[in-house]
Parts: sequence; structure tokens; C-alpha cells
Amino acid sequence: MNASRLLLAKPWIWSFAATAIVWLVTILFTGGASSLGLSQAALTFAAFSVIVGIGQMFVITLGPGNIDLSVPSTMTLSGTLALKLMDVQDGMILFGLALSVLIGFLVGIGNYALIKLLRIPPIIATLSMSFVVQSTAIWSNRGLRIKPPQSLAEFTTSSLGGIPNIALVALALSLIAWVLLEKSIYGRWISAIGQSTFAARMTGIPVDGTRFVTYILCAVLASVAGYLLASFSGGAALNMGAEYLLMSIAVVVIGGTAVAGGNSNIPGIWGASLFMFLVVSMLNTYGFGAGFRLILTGLIIIAVILLAGGRQSAR
Amino acid sequence: MKLSSATVRLIIPAASLALLLVAVFYMQPRAMSYTGLNLLFNLAVPIALATIAQMLIMAVNDLDLSMGTFVSFCACVAATFLQTSPAIGILIFLGAIAVYAAIGVVIHVRELPSIVVTLGMSFVWGGLAVLLLPSPGGVAPGWVRWLMTAKPPVVPVAIVASILIAAITHFVVMRSSFGVAIRGVGGNHRSVERAGWSVIRLRAATYALAGVFAVLSGVALVGLTTSADANIALRYTLLSIAGVILGGGEFVGGKVSPIGAVIGALTLTLAGSFLSFMRISPDWQIGAQGAILVVVLALRLALNRLETREKTR
Repeated sequence: MNASRLLLAKPWIWSFAATAIVWLVTILFTGGASSLGLSQAALTFAAFSVIVGIGQMFVITLGPGNIDLSVPSTMTLSGTLALKLMDVQDGMILFGLALSVLIGFLVGIGNYALIKLLRIPPIIATLSMSFVVQSTAIWSNRGLRIKPPQSLAEFTTSSLGGIPNIALVALALSLIAWVLLEKSIYGRWISAIGQSTFAARMTGIPVDGTRFVTYILCAVLASVAGYLLASFSGGAALNMGAEYLLMSIAVVVIGGTAVAGGNSNIPGIWGASLFMFLVVSMLNTYGFGAGFRLILTGLIIIAVILLAGGRQSAR
Repeated sequence: MKLSSATVRLIIPAASLALLLVAVFYMQPRAMSYTGLNLLFNLAVPIALATIAQMLIMAVNDLDLSMGTFVSFCACVAATFLQTSPAIGILIFLGAIAVYAAIGVVIHVRELPSIVVTLGMSFVWGGLAVLLLPSPGGVAPGWVRWLMTAKPPVVPVAIVASILIAAITHFVVMRSSFGVAIRGVGGNHRSVERAGWSVIRLRAATYALAGVFAVLSGVALVGLTTSADANIALRYTLLSIAGVILGGGEFVGGKVSPIGAVIGALTLTLAGSFLSFMRISPDWQIGAQGAILVVVLALRLALNRLETREKTR
């Protein structure tokens, strides 16, 4: 009784409940035939949303107005340049990863420089930054589609004990993020800043430094996700990050992180990512066309928000 | 001479627009003609209308992430139903505006974050647009086409329309008591409530009005492009937000400026033309647009600093 009440009070429980329902409905339609395949696909694709979503969550936790719109272009640039550097050689895999982390660093620094030095609202600063990053990606992406190195492609598409490797990577990153958020002083700081920047500054929290690190963290996670996604899908494409703009925001918010900042949770991101993928595949299984699929996806998002949201004032 | 802070707010966007215009004229003197101006600002009308719609939503401290898909949807309706059976087309538009009002009510009653609700709605509008026009097509209604390609004497239609939009919305948002109440909701909704206004009705009305402008934006867009497709205006979401900010608006506090928003939309449109005159390689066009955005905002910061220095002196 007490335990269930404790569980119901967790904001992330709703996204998991919704996920379980959608999973069951899909499995019912196929008669249980594809349950393993569906679960594996869900874990794989959710993993990309999780990695991007964690970064976005840290940024959103910083408080109202904080959001990173440069995520899709960072993913594209990182995937493009990393594959170019690796040039199908297995020996270059780590260098490729290092390059994409470096790109994340640079984009993050650029984002925060615009926000801080020009005092531009983050939404516009990261938007302008994303234009520049996207241009760089277009410029460098000319010519042929470069394949990822053999062993990297194998790693990203295979699984360990039934769980896709990508999902394991995302799990490891989530654990690190959880420790950062719940156990480290940094996590306390970003929550404090999100709740009241003024109060945080008064208590001597290095507000600027914390925000700076957070924007870098978000960009680095986005570029790592881009690196993995490009390797997984057999090459980088210019529009490969596009759907992750709305996705990264949606998973954070459906997962129960307060949009007003100051309160975040990582399990919710997993629930929401799995949910978003499963909704689309459920609608696919039921044979809906693209139009109806979009409409139903939207209505389901709103329904989940109506059910789960609005408990605390979050505007 | 004493300037009100609202005027100072307008000087920066106006100055950056003028600067950009001078740069364009310098590079391409032939643009300094009736036809040239018409070409330069042609696409500004739908962008300006969408920016005004976004500005209304931002005036009540919300943000509409579905603007682009909604304008696309309206363009699709305009190119299909409004052309073949105008009555049904108008009914659909009225329904869509009612949905906007309903979104406002839901956001207010359940205290939901507007970003998420409109994010969900963006899927819905996108889906409806795909259902209407699975592939690009449709035909613009004759009267819309006539209106958008009209050639009034002396001043091109795009500029006449922009001035009209700015004047009308300035009157509604800045001068009428309804407008004051809307901005009051953004500034301090409790005090608006205590003054006897119903905040929920105000929010519904604001969203409905934003819906009206977004519908007009879609219709105007189809008048220019003659046909529509489901993705025709996706970039309007970000363009409209950028336009409001460029025009001196802010995300919170009900600080918006309709004239500024229209100027912001004109600046963004002109930036595109400017880049093609500069013969920048298409690879870098988007990047240069971002750079222009940054430069204008940097200018604004510099001028704001000057303003505060004046005040402290």
C-alpha cells in the first residue's frame, strides 16, 4: 500500500505505464509473434532518443527558457565528420569518437558564448548556432556517402545477451548521468539554478560555470548520439538529426521533467523514449497511413501530458 | 528629446532593417525599384502574419511550436477546399481557430507547458496536412492570387500589406483595452484577474486571434506560391520566434511589439535575398542567416547598453 503510493508519486511511472500499454496492444495485434523483435527494435531506437534526451534534460533543468535547438545539426555534423575521418578503417574508431566529442565541445562552447556574451535567449542562440553547424555539415558532406568502419558497424547493430549494444551504451550513459544528477554537487547545482537562479547565485553557486558545463554536456551527448546513429545506419545523412529536435524535447517532458526547470528525472526519459517509438510502430502494425499516424502520435502525446502533467504548476 | 522605452525598443530592429536594405541596394542598385522591392519582400507577408500570431502567443508567456505545421495545414486547406468549395474551406478555418482557442483553455486550466501541448499539436496539424495533400498540388483560389499579386501604384503590395498588418495589430495589441489585458496576462496574470478580467477567456481569445493570423498566413502563402504541400511552411515555427525576438519582443513578461515583429519578419526575409545577392555558396546560406541573426542581436545588446548608461547618468 505504502510502496505503491510511493511508486505512484514518481513522475516517471506514467511514461512506463503508457509504454507497457502500447507494447501490449501491439503484441496483441501480432499475436505475440514479434514480441522479441519489437522489444529489441524499441530498445535500439529508444537508445538514441535517450542519449540525446539526457543532454536536453540537463539543459531544460536549468530553468525557463533554457533549451538546446542545435541538437539535430550537431548530430549531423558529428556523424559526417567522424565517418569522414575514420574512412572505413577499423583502427580509426577511437579517433572518430574523439573527434565527435571535440565537435560537441566546440558547439557547446559556441552556444554558451552566444548566450553569455551576447545575452541572447538560449532558444535563439542555439538556433543561430545550429544554422552555422548545419552549413558546415552540408559543406563537408559533399560527395559520396562514407560507410562506417566494419567493426564499428557490427558493434552498433549487434546485441549482447538479447539486449542491443546501443541500448547498453545508453544505459551506461544514463547511469553516469544519474550519478551526476543525484549524487554529485553538480546535480544539486543545476537543480538549484533551475529552481531559482537568483537564490543560487546568492548562495555562491558558480551559476555561469554550471550553465557552461551543461550546454557542453548536452552538445557532447548529441554528437556521441550522432556518431552512433551514423554508424548504426551505415552512413551519415544531412537530415539524420532532424527528427531528434522535437524528440529530444518530447521525451524529456513526457518523462516527467518539469519544463519550468529545477526538477529532472532519468528513468522517465527511458519510459518516454520507448513509448514514442512503440506508438509509431503500433500505428504501423495497425496499418495506418502517414497522415493518421502523425495525428494519432500528436493526440497520444497530448493525452499523456493531460493525464500526467498539470500536477504542479509548470508553466 | 525624450524617447519612451517602447520607441527605443523599435529603433534597433528598424535600424538593422534599414542597414540590410542599404547593403542590398549597394550590391544590386536595380533592386531599388518597384519590381525589385516587390521581389525582395514578396515572401514577407506570410512570414509577418505568422510572426504576429507567434507574438500573440508569446504575449501570454507561451510558445507555439506548431506554428509551421499549422500554417502548412492552412495553406493546404486554402489550395484545396477554399478553391473548390469556399464554404467548407471557411468552415474548416473556423474549426481550426476554435481548436486554437481550445488549446488555450486546456493549457490554462490544466496548467500545462505550452511547449509540449503545441508540440503534440504540431504532429496533428502535420498529419492533417498530409491527409489533405499527400503530394504537392492544389490550386490557389483566384481572389487570393489576385490579392497577393496586385500592383498598387507607387508602393508594392508586400510593403502595403506589411504596413497594414503592423498598423492593425499595433492598434489591437498596444492601444485597445483587450490588448492591454493580453499583455497583462503575460506580465502578471493575478493582477489582471483582480482587475475583473477572466484570464481563461483572455487566453482563449489570444489563442483564437493567433489562429486567425496563422490562417491568414497560410492563405497568403498559397497566394504567392499558387500551390501547396504539406511541408510548405515548416520553417515558420523558428522563423516566427526569431522574428518576434528580432523585433524586440521577449519570451516572458508580455513585452511584445507588433510593429517590431513585422520589422523582424521583414529583416529575416531580406536576409535571405541579401545572401543570394552576395553570391554566397548555397552550402553556407543557412549558416550566414544564423550569422546575421547573431549580428543583429549583438547590435541590440550594444544599443541596450547605451540606453542603460543614459539612464544611470
